Amino acid sequence: MLEATRLECMRGDRLLFSGVDLRIEPGGLLHVRGPNGSGKSSLLRMLCGLVLPEAGEILWNGKPTRNSEDYHRSLTYMGHSNGIKEELSGLENLRINCGLAGFEVGEEEALSAFERMGLEGREHLPAKVLSQGQRRRVMLARLLVAETPLWILDEPLVALDTDAIGLMRSLFELHLEKGGMMILTTHQELEIAARNAQEIRFST
Amino acid sequence: MSILVWVLRRDMMLAMRRKSDVLTTLFFFVIMVSLFPLGVGPERELLKAIGPGVVWVAALLASMLSLGRLFSADYSDGTLEQMLLCPESLSLIVLGKTFVHWMTSGLPLVLMAPLLGLQFGLSGQALWVLLASLLLGTPVLSLVGAIGASLTLGLRGGGVLVSLLVLPLYIPVLIFGAGAVDASTSGLGAEGHLSVLGALLVLALLATPKASAAALRISLE
Repeated sequence: MLEATRLECMRGDRLLFSGVDLRIEPGGLLHVRGPNGSGKSSLLRMLCGLVLPEAGEILWNGKPTRNSEDYHRSLTYMGHSNGIKEELSGLENLRINCGLAGFEVGEEEALSAFERMGLEGREHLPAKVLSQGQRRRVMLARLLVAETPLWILDEPLVALDTDAIGLMRSLFELHLEKGGMMILTTHQELEIAARNAQEIRFST
Repeated sequence: MSILVWVLRRDMMLAMRRKSDVLTTLFFFVIMVSLFPLGVGPERELLKAIGPGVVWVAALLASMLSLGRLFSADYSDGTLEQMLLCPESLSLIVLGKTFVHWMTSGLPLVLMAPLLGLQFGLSGQALWVLLASLLLGTPVLSLVGAIGASLTLGLRGGGVLVSLLVLPLYIPVLIFGAGAVDASTSGLGAEGHLSVLGALLVLALLATPKASAAALRISLE
């Protein structure tokens, strides 16, 4: 369970948001909405621990998330940048990213994840020859093999085509059904079935 | 520990696919050192006297030149952000990355240095001492440089700033590195200087990965 109380975020001299409370339980989905520049990404980065909150605290299963190994083992974060190396092939990217995140993925498992992401036949191409959407798929393939309960996804659907968006939606629903938690921002209209869906709306 | 293996594998793979980066640093070093005998003329005694210093200063500059690519590519494609979220210690990741950086920018210089030393008429023993001093000293340059590289990450004009930050910190390494060769040619023995370099290396290994990791967290916030 992820809990945050009275979070406050400053960017330079500007107060982006303050007094944000949230609480996500297994199976819960939190959709963060708001116009550009309203602090959605900052909130997500704050929840990951990449940005320190000006005030407030973030708890994972009742313990502070800061420097918590348990929290970082339970978390998968995907931000604006794809986080893949152009010189490496899609498959190498996936296996290395998983290795760094603390779990090993076998070749077979990685190949089947690529197949499901519609990247068949492109597993061994260097990422620099892939299109934007395909690179995004390489990054998202990690969600298929990761067994982390908490997903924090910042605009995961950018550059994806409708097929891929449909695939991601069913993946999200499966994750939530299995008791996973998810925090999401997206500008697309996306209906995700969840037992416990909440929304935070930012305004400028 | 497995994270260290992953970082080493990853960075070695990347370095192997970008060989031009390794070669440019090496050629910069070779050309820079070779310019001095051409510039100051063929006086044997003079060249012998300036040789160790020239090789060391060139190694310093070459190592600094390559600092930019230690973190900046990972920073711009978002992989550095993912590394910050790793469950294991960021210092270990930094250590792994710095080691590969040294393997690809420092080690080639070390191996090339005796050959370049011949241009300055250094004796066989002096060449061995030069090799040993560079072998102990260049990892310190990479380790200390990593702090500067992580502090200036994402800043405009970071390249110039990093040299201002890092070059003063390189001075002890330069003094004892070039001093080791001088001491051995003048018959004093280089053991003292090499021991200090070894001590600096141990100190840098213990202290700098933590400092770089902290600097990275600040730079990415």
